[in-house]
Amino acid sequence: MQVNVKLFASFQTGRFKQEFRDYPDQTQIGTVVRELNIPEEEVGILLLNAVHAKLDQPLSDGDLLAIFPLVGGG
Amino acid sequence: MSVKRFLAEKADGILLSWVDQREMMARFELDCAAAEELILQGGYLPARYQRNQQMISTAQQLQLFQSTVAVVGCGGLGGYILEELARLGVGQIVAIDPDTFEEHNLNRQLLSTIELLGTSKADAAVKRIAEINPAVSVSAINAAFSQENGSELLDGAVLAVDAVDNIPTRLELAEICGQLNIPLVHGAIAGWYGQVMTVSPGDGSMQKLYANWSGGKGIEAGLGNPSFTPAVAASLQVAEVCKVLLGQGRDLNKRMLSINLLDMQFDEIPL
Repeated sequence: MQVNVKLFASFQTGRFKQEFRDYPDQTQIGTVVRELNIPEEEVGILLLNAVHAKLDQPLSDGDLLAIFPLVGGG
Repeated sequence: MSVKRFLAEKADGILLSWVDQREMMARFELDCAAAEELILQGGYLPARYQRNQQMISTAQQLQLFQSTVAVVGCGGLGGYILEELARLGVGQIVAIDPDTFEEHNLNRQLLSTIELLGTSKADAAVKRIAEINPAVSVSAINAAFSQENGSELLDGAVLAVDAVDNIPTRLELAEICGQLNIPLVHGAIAGWYGQVMTVSPGDGSMQKLYANWSGGKGIEAGLGNPSFTPAVAASLQVAEVCKVLLGQGRDLNKRMLSINLLDMQFDEIPL
């Protein structure tokens, strides 16, 4: 299956801004995060087709996954 | 001579100059804040606000002057927020921060100066605002905001501004604001990146924003913060404060503005 992955802020650095990526069916969001070498503790908002999602949610063909980092400075 | 007659005589149209405001204070034995309130209540405008006039009416300027806003954190975001609130004419400000200035603050924190290294950030806010707008009353709280003291520190505030430097305090702040039924204008920064959002009391959007947080810092731990990111995020926050206090425009309620200054990309995220 193909998933449209969009990365935001510093997650783009050394990776990409947006890519269509191939994964086995039922791949979880957390697997995508790990495959991209994004530390899980840095993950903030996850949007799956514009709806808030969790790391253990499975993906489907054609999904749009947006990954934002935790931003906490002031 | 009555105050009313004094204002009628001295005002240029509706504008009253700083020199005349000073004379009014001396003649009627008023402090700066009391004089400013009488000026605004009389339908006149201290001349310092004349460039606000096209967007903020005299009645709204009085509304801002009679508002109390708590700024939680007086560092990168807080320094700019305090400066802009005071210049906007928000009449009562509570400046909360437990820290003193350190050398690594000098790259971005507006209130920090070489002379003030080692001294209180909240006290610096009082000094700075007295220099730029003495009609504004500022109380300095040299303590960390927490679940325990939160309600007391925000007592009397009609709105709070999030300028803290860590996620757990933000979650506590959102909870206390929910309990006190006051809006909270959130801002956070890291390197080239930032985010701004307006939280309606108890709407849960801060909890949703940090739902995946499991402890520790965000990406700011590795990215630091330059001079311009806090200025951008803080200015967006003050625009939100102004709108919420005056009930104008469309605020960032249930949507977060994600800021990427490296690519100059601004995204809106639903919450």
